Amino acid sequence: MFGPLIVKPQKSKGDNTGAWRIQSRPKFLQKDCIACRMCLLVCPEHCISGKEKNTYQTDYNYCKGCGLCARICPKKDIEMVEESSGDKQ
Amino acid sequence: MKQFLEGSYAVAEVIKLCRPGVISAYPITPQTHIVEGLAQIVADGELNSQFVNVESEHSAASVVLGGSAAGVRVYTASSSQGLILMSEVIFNIAGMRLPVVLTCANRSLSAPINIWNDQQDSVSLRDAGWVQLYAENNQEVVDLHLIAYRLGEDKSVMLPVMVCMDGFILTHGMEVVDMPEQDKVDKFLPPYKPLYKLDPDEPLSMGLLADPGYYTETRFAIQETQKEVLKFLPKISEEFRNVFGRDYRDCLVEEYLTEDAERVIVAMGSVCGTIKKVVDDFRAKGKKVGLLKIISFRPFPYARVYEALKNVPKVAVLDKSVSLGGMAAPLALEVKAAFCGKKKAPKIISSFVAGLGGRDITLDSVREVLKKLTAKEVNLEYIDLKQELLKDEYGG
Amino acid sequence: MGDRLLYKPGHTACAGCGQAIAARLVIEAAGPNTIIANNTGCLEVFTTRYPESAWDVPWIHSLFENCAAVASGIEAALKYLGKKDSINVIAQAGDGGTADIGLQALSGMLERGHDILYVCYDNEAYMNTGIQRSGLTPYDTNTTTSPAGSKSAGNIRPKKPMPEIALAHGIPYVATSSAGYLQDIQRKVKKALSIKGPKYMQIHVPCPLGWRHESNLTMDVARLAVETGLYPLIEYENGALIGKRQISPKPVEEYLKTQGRFKHLLNNPAELKKVQEIADNNIKKYGLKVESQASSS
Repeated sequence: MFGPLIVKPQKSKGDNTGAWRIQSRPKFLQKDCIACRMCLLVCPEHCISGKEKNTYQTDYNYCKGCGLCARICPKKDIEMVEESSGDKQ
Repeated sequence: MKQFLEGSYAVAEVIKLCRPGVISAYPITPQTHIVEGLAQIVADGELNSQFVNVESEHSAASVVLGGSAAGVRVYTASSSQGLILMSEVIFNIAGMRLPVVLTCANRSLSAPINIWNDQQDSVSLRDAGWVQLYAENNQEVVDLHLIAYRLGEDKSVMLPVMVCMDGFILTHGMEVVDMPEQDKVDKFLPPYKPLYKLDPDEPLSMGLLADPGYYTETRFAIQETQKEVLKFLPKISEEFRNVFGRDYRDCLVEEYLTEDAERVIVAMGSVCGTIKKVVDDFRAKGKKVGLLKIISFRPFPYARVYEALKNVPKVAVLDKSVSLGGMAAPLALEVKAAFCGKKKAPKIISSFVAGLGGRDITLDSVREVLKKLTAKEVNLEYIDLKQELLKDEYGG
Repeated sequence: MGDRLLYKPGHTACAGCGQAIAARLVIEAAGPNTIIANNTGCLEVFTTRYPESAWDVPWIHSLFENCAAVASGIEAALKYLGKKDSINVIAQAGDGGTADIGLQALSGMLERGHDILYVCYDNEAYMNTGIQRSGLTPYDTNTTTSPAGSKSAGNIRPKKPMPEIALAHGIPYVATSSAGYLQDIQRKVKKALSIKGPKYMQIHVPCPLGWRHESNLTMDVARLAVETGLYPLIEYENGALIGKRQISPKPVEEYLKTQGRFKHLLNNPAELKKVQEIADNNIKKYGLKVESQASSS
């Protein structure tokens, strides 16, 4: 008998940390993006994806709204908007 | 093949036969000869193994933990303070269900510092989740290591096993030992196949945080597995007999002339040899005395102890450790517990303590135990206690 | 790398956690053929709470202080199996797990010459237990066990010189890095893993909660630590200083004023001076000033 012992990552979906956002969320404007990938690199959650210019977006199921992506974006193409605004993308 | 060997080198030889891939240890008396022997065996190319010299016992246990988690058979040995320094890792290894085998060269605990034998070190770790087997002589030491790997690594068990041998008495004692042949060892002990391992081809996470929703089940699972070991150990003992010819019966206890005995001493480790001699002497005079030797202290074979002693009027439990502040010594507590709430039970189960810090348990000491096993139950009765050393002031 | 995330979202680090950023960059740089041994600490707790795990590489946690020894055992096992050349082993821990309780095991690992990269995520206090000071807490930092008060300006000792201690073991690679310089982390991890033997990396990772700054300022704060000279980014190979990030030094106040943990210093010129001296010493010792290099070369 073993009980809770190991976790196979394939089965792990993680916690729905997007529920932590209370104030603001990043809005990816997808206008001036140069695909520098800095937003993806800096995201502590690793929930930003994208390959081509103006395709980058975040997964709001996980995004905690820390604002680092908006802060680092050299083209100001990500802006933090109020969580209650309902403006998802 | 029969060899005349020091106990420590007998351990080194049998570990060689078990082919561990990672060995790690830190020196402590009286464990040193074991790992010195193994270091030489590896240095001579007789064993293909990674011998990792570490900076503490804590790291020795951690290294074998890591090696075992990576899917390799591992070995370490320690003693006394070393084992206690390891204790944090000892619990961890059991909790992670890694089948580490460790030899404990039993020695007392400080303070005062004392390098000689008793069983306080391993007994103090009885709650850690390890299987603990105690050897009477060096043939048993050798055989119990083979059984330890076979048992611990079985997919139904996956628990670490501590083989306990009395420091100096066994580790430094010269005895004739029948050292098994490699082909027989390989037959009895197949290569280790881990249930889980750290492998980039199949990533997994080990040693996770278990919150109140999960923690209890990890402990329950070890407890249930320990119960299973009570059933499984006899089967392994039978396999062992079939391969090597030596018979440890259920490998939980050894009953020595207990069947019709009126007085039985319960003990574990090398002192059982001394007790057997006294039993023989008493039997020669027609006195019905016997010995119940405990081989498996964890899991503790309550049912077997019950069966062996239920018709014995007087039982003396001889401990080489104490549970300071408790009502009886550790082994005595277990024996008493075996009769808790039972209709049949000895009239007397007395708890004796002897052999602490290496004080010899002589034939006279054992006779003293039998002498004090009267109609009046005693608890924590010290044998060979020097009253004159107990004064009101420190240092007298 | 493809689409496989070696470090997946859904972990429970605080928003803006510098350690979460750095740990991800480390494993991404190391790649999937990596085994990690992790000490107890924030990183362990927020990535592997049963039944979830953020790690899509083999990962093990044992205790607070023994990841260096556990990694040593893993490395020994891989050697025994003949797999060491194809698999990286990383031991990682926080600053307390490295500089305090884990120092002995780390020293043993470095001295024995294991082929392991040890990464210390330095957030400069015991954050997991609630911001108590560690051996890597900077001078004058206000923590819960080195509080500033009428008779104290906070932590009474400077940071333990861990990179130098690691270097003194004669190991082939020692580097510091910072969550403010993302590509620097990745470059150094790759460099370290290209070298056989024990490697030590110490990454400065801001903790918004413990340092008391906004979660979106993690990068800015980390960069200011480097730009003031308080956290020199240096790189040693075989004992020689082969790299350093050069700066046009900013006054330490610019860094200190960004964080609540240093707020008590801002109206204390005497203590500010002492902190500035620490930065000045670093700048001098490692030749961090941009001009100095231009004039010497």
